[in-house]
Amino acid sequence: MDVFDKLKILTDAAKYDVACTSSGVDKTAAAGGIGSAAACGICHTFSADGRCISLLKVLLTNVCVYDCRYCVNRRSNDTPRAAFSPRELAELTINFYRRNYIEGLFLSSGVLKSPDHTCEQMIEALRILREEYRFSGYIHAKAIPGADNALVTRLGTLADRMSVNIELPSQSSLRLLAPDKTKQAIFAPMGHIQKSIQENARDIVKYRHAPKFAPAGQSTQMIIGATPDTDYQILNLTEGLYKKYKLKRVFFSAYTPVADDSLLPAPDTKPQLWREHRLYQADWLLRYYDFTAGELLDRQHQSFNPYLDPKCTWALNNLHFFPVDVNRAVYRDLLRVPGIGVVSAKRILATRRTRALRFEGLKALGVVLKRAQFFITCSGKAADGVKITENNMLRSLLSEKALEQYRHNLSLEQLALFGQPPILPNPGRAYEHEYPGGLKLLL
Amino acid sequence: MNTQADLNYYYDGSFDGLLCCVFESYDKREIPIDILVDAAAPQLFSGRPVPTDPAKAARVLASIPQKLGPAALDFVKHAFLTCLPRKELHILLFLRLGYRHGPRVMDMLADEVVNTLFKAVNHLNRESHLLKGFLRFSVCNGALVGEIAPKNFVLPLLTRHFCERYPEERFLIVDKTHGMGLLYQPYQASVLPVADLELPAADEDEQIFRELWRLYYDTIAIKERYNPRCRMSHMPKRYWRYMTEFGAPRDIPHLRLASVGGKLLIPAAEAEN
Repeated sequence: MDVFDKLKILTDAAKYDVACTSSGVDKTAAAGGIGSAAACGICHTFSADGRCISLLKVLLTNVCVYDCRYCVNRRSNDTPRAAFSPRELAELTINFYRRNYIEGLFLSSGVLKSPDHTCEQMIEALRILREEYRFSGYIHAKAIPGADNALVTRLGTLADRMSVNIELPSQSSLRLLAPDKTKQAIFAPMGHIQKSIQENARDIVKYRHAPKFAPAGQSTQMIIGATPDTDYQILNLTEGLYKKYKLKRVFFSAYTPVADDSLLPAPDTKPQLWREHRLYQADWLLRYYDFTAGELLDRQHQSFNPYLDPKCTWALNNLHFFPVDVNRAVYRDLLRVPGIGVVSAKRILATRRTRALRFEGLKALGVVLKRAQFFITCSGKAADGVKITENNMLRSLLSEKALEQYRHNLSLEQLALFGQPPILPNPGRAYEHEYPGGLKLLL
Repeated sequence: MNTQADLNYYYDGSFDGLLCCVFESYDKREIPIDILVDAAAPQLFSGRPVPTDPAKAARVLASIPQKLGPAALDFVKHAFLTCLPRKELHILLFLRLGYRHGPRVMDMLADEVVNTLFKAVNHLNRESHLLKGFLRFSVCNGALVGEIAPKNFVLPLLTRHFCERYPEERFLIVDKTHGMGLLYQPYQASVLPVADLELPAADEDEQIFRELWRLYYDTIAIKERYNPRCRMSHMPKRYWRYMTEFGAPRDIPHLRLASVGGKLLIPAAEAEN
């Protein structure tokens, strides 16, 4: 088997791993070495599915002793198997890196023989890169659940980022689809990595040249749509992971059918891309917009609105919070306005120091007035000619496609006289005292 | 009182030359219609050549961080690299605004001149960031050679990134649009004019890695998620021309054989199933 065949097999087996980010750490090449990293991350190309390719994302081997039902590499799957030798992989990485194809290496692996053996092989590949080639580029290593803590620590000193996949969003799903893995086996290495990162932060203060442990932090990913877990559960889990394990990122992967199994969605099921998209939108709101999971979804509303993004949904649910005055509001409040993001909120803060903002100026700052106009005032004045009616708001907040679909479904619903959850939550709440136009939320 | 003059300024195309135009504009208390490079075709309005005087340029240069702050100088230097039409006049108007308002000018994003320049500089920064990833090198006689065709003059912004990344390599990045090249050999970089450059045909090792990269690129995509529009919005097609993964794929069986047990690729122990 030549390197072409191996690359094909081991890339194919790794492609369902979501993370391909190269962010979180700034460094330059060591003397006599090669490689650097930028904290913002650099995308080197985009594949035909529109995902960023930043790293050479391969498995060391796709041989696996586990039999997780949702996984292409499960023991019982009849698929060609291959393995890179550590040196072969290191040379491939360096040669891609020299040509500026990639930002570094994303190394994961099936479990060959035992978790410890697999981990040792991965360590050897990274050791060759770091020590023999003096490579300072980005390395993302996946911790193998069940491997010895000492090995995980060694892996962490060689890698920039570590991750442990929590695979599925709940313990019951895990028991069902990944009988060989337990919650304990997944969270143990995650906790160990977090502890090591914390200890390392203290060591570096004491000893300037203490080896760095996973300086770009830790991430994880889970598969959505393979099990009946709701968005509410997933988002709460995500928030918990950020808080408890101080993760840098949580990735979501819409399940793509890879097996015909009675416990899994049928093989012709389309991946739930819109749901994945909503989860990422909510994830951003948690990390950059100071939202909490409880504000976005609750026990009564466990799923995201298919037509409206989570921020707009929150805004329509909390009209009493608005209007926000762009010349007075604090940063946190500006961020809550649909159509104002992190960049435009910061620009508003900077610009309003020089002169009071007016609606014309806002557009120049990157505010999407089409959305924001319903929720803001400039020095107490609302935008000219804005009529706050249900129809206007829907047309501004929904994309054309979503609006069409929504109206289509609505007419079907009315025919069937079945009540699906209304697009605008809390029907019937009146806000006339704040909005002279009077917004009828009943649909 | 400044008057709107009925004439163009002509300068030599250098940053110092532009600073002299700023000096001239204050000296004569006038704002020109446009500031053009010498070689430009004669315009409808009469023009005045502004000679480049290092002493005047130095005075203007020193005044910018003093009156507008260091961030503004950095900003103006970047603005000079952009492909904004009439960028010289915009820079002049920006500086005039800055001399009046001081460092606050950097926050006056609602002003049309400031906003136009900000957008142009953002475009420059975005393009240079993308090219840090999209640039592809070929290995030619042990040196790295890459070609790009950016809209803005990004080479000065790429210098530091690539020098820090490949300190021990020799490399050349050719900017086809501006006819310039970034040449680096340990540990020295320079930006030079580059005439048409004919690259030698890729050798065997180079071909192998190009093919491996194409194979990787094609394999990593998940076909159930095929989304060409998303790809195009992240990576506009104008970048594709110089990217290895979009080159014509060729089947090269003799190369595949050569790679087995070759000196570069050591065959691994086969996986035990």
